[in-house]
Amino acid sequence: MAEAMKMRATMQGDAVDVKVLIQHIMETGQRKDKKTGNLIPAHFINQVSAMLNGKMVLDMQWGVGISRNPFIGFRVKGAKAGDKIAVHAVDNLGTVFDGEVVVA
Amino acid sequence: MDRRNFLKSMGAAIAVCAAGLLRSGGVFAATWNSLAFTAKDTADAMKNAGYVGAAENKDIMIKVPDIAENGAVVPVEVTSNIPGTTSIAIFVDKNPNPMIADFEFMNGAEPFIATRVKMASTSIVRASVKAGGKIYTNSREVKVTIGGCGG
Repeated sequence: MAEAMKMRATMQGDAVDVKVLIQHIMETGQRKDKKTGNLIPAHFINQVSAMLNGKMVLDMQWGVGISRNPFIGFRVKGAKAGDKIAVHAVDNLGTVFDGEVVVA
Repeated sequence: MDRRNFLKSMGAAIAVCAAGLLRSGGVFAATWNSLAFTAKDTADAMKNAGYVGAAENKDIMIKVPDIAENGAVVPVEVTSNIPGTTSIAIFVDKNPNPMIADFEFMNGAEPFIATRVKMASTSIVRASVKAGGKIYTNSREVKVTIGGCGG
């Protein structure tokens, strides 16, 4: 899962602007398999948190309405170049996704 | 219970506890709000997510396209200019499950979020905010050419 999460964090004024891209199917559980007619089981990231230097800044809950290969952008005041931004995500099947980036 | 069985059951209990800890992720403030996320209409979802009695407020800025060609990927940006904003939730009224996500801000995070959402059809996109113990909401309509929830 090395490439599952891509992150970028750049200073813009007094805040860090963070962009995060996670590779994930975000399956709703409401689509049918065209061949079998059975519902495709739900498989989606539902809990995500972001930290600045180990301190939580954003606590998120996601539903199936977040697009496939989810993107989020957020800003945190009081950060500076060299700080660390970490993102931790878990999907409904318990798979964990972790990413970290140094603020540029 | 003899010693061997006792140790076995203890081991099983520890394994169960460890699995529980791993599953909860450890770092999240709350468990996933399945009641809100599985609600079939926005009012129900808002109620279950704690966004009850929301007052319309134009200081919640919602940046969305007027027309989205592809409902599978609709960019949404929400900025709350209401002082004391602690969280923002996004809803798409016409989706089978309107609640998209809930974002809680702390420790210097600005009340701003950008993401991409699925839209089944042309719908109201709603952003609701918790600020200073009060609830506010604003909305914008997005016209969808091709729905994003089909097969």
